[in-house]
Formats: sequence, C-alpha cells, structure tokens
Amino acid sequence: MKRSIIDVPDLSPEELDRLMDTAEDIIAHPDDYADACRRKKLATLFFEPSTRTRLSFEAAMYELGGNVLSVTGAGTSSAAKGESVADTAKTVSCYADIIAMRHPKEGAALVAARNASVPVINAGDGGHCHPTQTLADLLTIRREKGRLGNLTVGLCGDLKFGRTVHSLINAMSRYEGLNFVLISPEELKVPSYVKNDALKKKNIPYVQTTDLEEVIGDLDILYMTRVQRERFFNEEDYLRLRDSYILTPEKMKKARADLCVMHPLPRVNEISVAVDDDPRACYFKQVLNGKYMRMALILMLLKEAGTL
Amino acid sequence: MNVDSIRDGIVIDHIAAGCGMKLYRLLGLESLEAPVAMITNVVSRKLGRKDIIKVDAAIDVDLDIIGYVDPGATVNIIRNGELIEKKRIEMPEKLVNVLFCKNPRCISSCEQELDQVFHLTDREKKEYRCAYCETKASNL
Repeated sequence: MKRSIIDVPDLSPEELDRLMDTAEDIIAHPDDYADACRRKKLATLFFEPSTRTRLSFEAAMYELGGNVLSVTGAGTSSAAKGESVADTAKTVSCYADIIAMRHPKEGAALVAARNASVPVINAGDGGHCHPTQTLADLLTIRREKGRLGNLTVGLCGDLKFGRTVHSLINAMSRYEGLNFVLISPEELKVPSYVKNDALKKKNIPYVQTTDLEEVIGDLDILYMTRVQRERFFNEEDYLRLRDSYILTPEKMKKARADLCVMHPLPRVNEISVAVDDDPRACYFKQVLNGKYMRMALILMLLKEAGTL
Repeated sequence: MNVDSIRDGIVIDHIAAGCGMKLYRLLGLESLEAPVAMITNVVSRKLGRKDIIKVDAAIDVDLDIIGYVDPGATVNIIRNGELIEKKRIEMPEKLVNVLFCKNPRCISSCEQELDQVFHLTDREKKEYRCAYCETKASNL
C-alpha cells in the first residue's frame, strides 16, 4: 500500500530501527543494493533552494540503480504558472514511482501526499518538518555512540525556528536515559509546546542555558544549528542573533574526548572551519549517513507500495 | 423579557455567557430569513449566566461548530411545539472550514482551494492545530 512520510512520527519506533538496520547493511554491502531500484524513477521536486538534500536523494536513488527526474526552483516549473501543489503531485505521479519534495510552504508535502498516487517523502516544507534530516541524525548518533539512549544531548543555536532540533527532540524522546541541554539566546529558545509534548510529559530532564562553554564538558552530543535568515521577517533580528554561538578549537578543549559534534548543514560561521579536522567533528559523516537513510527509506516505501 | 415559544425549530441552550454572538456568527444565522432570537446573560442555576439562541425554522446546524465554541451547550430540536430530541455536544476532533490558519507560511494561505482543516490536539486546553503546518489556532 502506498504510504508517504511527512514527519518522523509517521514511522513507528520499530520502523525507525529497521531503517537504521537497512542503512547499516547498505553501508556494509553496497553491491547487494546496486540494482535494487532498477528501472524505477524518483522525482525530486525542489521548489526551494537546496544542495545537500536534493543531491542526497538523487545519489541515493542512483546508488540503488534507479533513475531521477528533477525539478529545481519554482521558476522553472508549472508552479510559476500558478499550478497548485495538488495538481503538480497528480501530474508527477504519472511519471515517477516515488517523489521527494521540498517546498517553502508549511504543509505542502501533506497536500502533495494526499494527491499523489505514489509515495511522497517530505524533503522539507518551510520551517515545519524535515524528516530525512532526523533520520540522518539518528543513524549518526547510533553509529558514533553505539546507542540512542543514555546520552546527554546538547542542542545549540536557533532552537526556536530550527525544525531539525524540534524533530530530533521528538524522535529521541522515546529512548531511555536521555538528558537534554538546550543552549540558545533568550529569543531563540525551544518553543514551550515542543518542551511540553516531548520532554515534560515524558519526564525527560532538560536544562536551558545561554552559555555554551559552561556546559560543553557535560555533553555526549553537541548539535549545532544555523540561525536561518529565511525564517526571520526582520533582518535586524537576524543580524543581531546570527553570531550568538561560534564553536572554535578553544571551546572544543573543554569538551569530552568522545564528544560527537553534529550540524544539519549548511553552516555559515557557527562552527569554525578549524574544528573540521577534529576527530569529534561528525557533520560530514552525518551528510553521508543521510544518503544511506534515504536509500533505506526509498526501498521501504517502494516495497510497501508494491513497486518493488 | 418574553420570547415566544417556537413551533418548528431549534433551541441552543446553556451557551456560556458571552459565546452566543460568536456562535450566531459562525453558524451563519444572520443570513437566515426565519426569526432568530439571541438572548444573552440569562440567569442560570447551572452556569450563573448563559446565552440562548432560538431559531424558528427546522434548519440543520453544524454541531461541530457548537462543540468548538462551547461543548457544554445543548441543542434541542422542536417539532409541532414539542421537544423531540436533545442533542449531545462534544468537542470535535476535526474542524473543516471553521477556523482559518493565520500562518502566512502555511500552504493553506496561498492555495485557496484547500479546505482549512484543524485537529484537536489538546482536549483539556481546547487546543486546535492546523492540519498542514500545525500552527495553533488563535481564538475567534
């Protein structure tokens, strides 16, 4: 049966575990998957700028032996002529076996999923959800730390508008023994509904602070985020908050030897380039893990739809 | 104050005081040609004060709207001057085209043909969120 993935809760904890198992198997035995999606087509509909996510989906499909149809930018598609998301989804379903869509409007992926006759994967709908980023994050933590529970997870930067942060908190809140350390300027704190739903209701301990250096030594994971210009209506607010936290080699000296530094990328200046050579910097591994999780997800959805 | 009894119609009773006009507007009663009585601040043993709406026409009303505005209200169906049915009102799980998403980034703000759908996400707090972008509904 056709199923779409709009947000991480669309996947059960067991399905998430199975996806991570499949991704690990792909990493260990890539040749076994090289023809898994032969003659199948993925349509990547990207109505908002993206390098990483689109290329990751496309690389994932190619590595599964499939093909890719691509639309980039609303200006080059029928959306420029005023076509609705619903009509676009119905049309593209006639050409492709599965769709990955990014759109600037929140909820656009849900509209596409309701109208497409093939599975739709939300590749980001404005500031709302970006589930495959969370899949990449979970696999990275599991591979780097060997577990998803019993960790102290620091989240730093824009915790208000950062959709990856909300999604990661929600996804991780089902594991045991977690402590969250929420590091942000006052104006960019985690919204109370996220804290209520994911942390308070489940009695998961968390602390909020504005001082990264004070807490960096306590962390197993440090998840850095970018203050995103496109989420602000007011340029002045963006400029004021942009440089709130910059991770440097000096700050890394205070961190544990086995800290795992993550970032959904792209970064602007919140992680100094000098940190890249530190073995604790895991953000480029995270990019690679994203591709493997997208491969696993494409496989799962095509199998469920009866296409494979 | 006297309002004549109705023969065929509905009485929405036990509306929390102050919510009657909101309900009147959301149910679109201003466009009815039939007589409609809007009675506010009536003394009530149960509520202290309450509003009542009487419609002198056998119309169907959207119970979801009533449940959203005040799940404590009651709807009495009157036929030939007799009470024939008392409808139980509940807070609806889903509201379609009752609330409108205020989030300018929501897909429903730019694609006009989409239904405005809200889901009940917290019964205790009476909280509804947009089905598309999950923005919390603001009070009407």
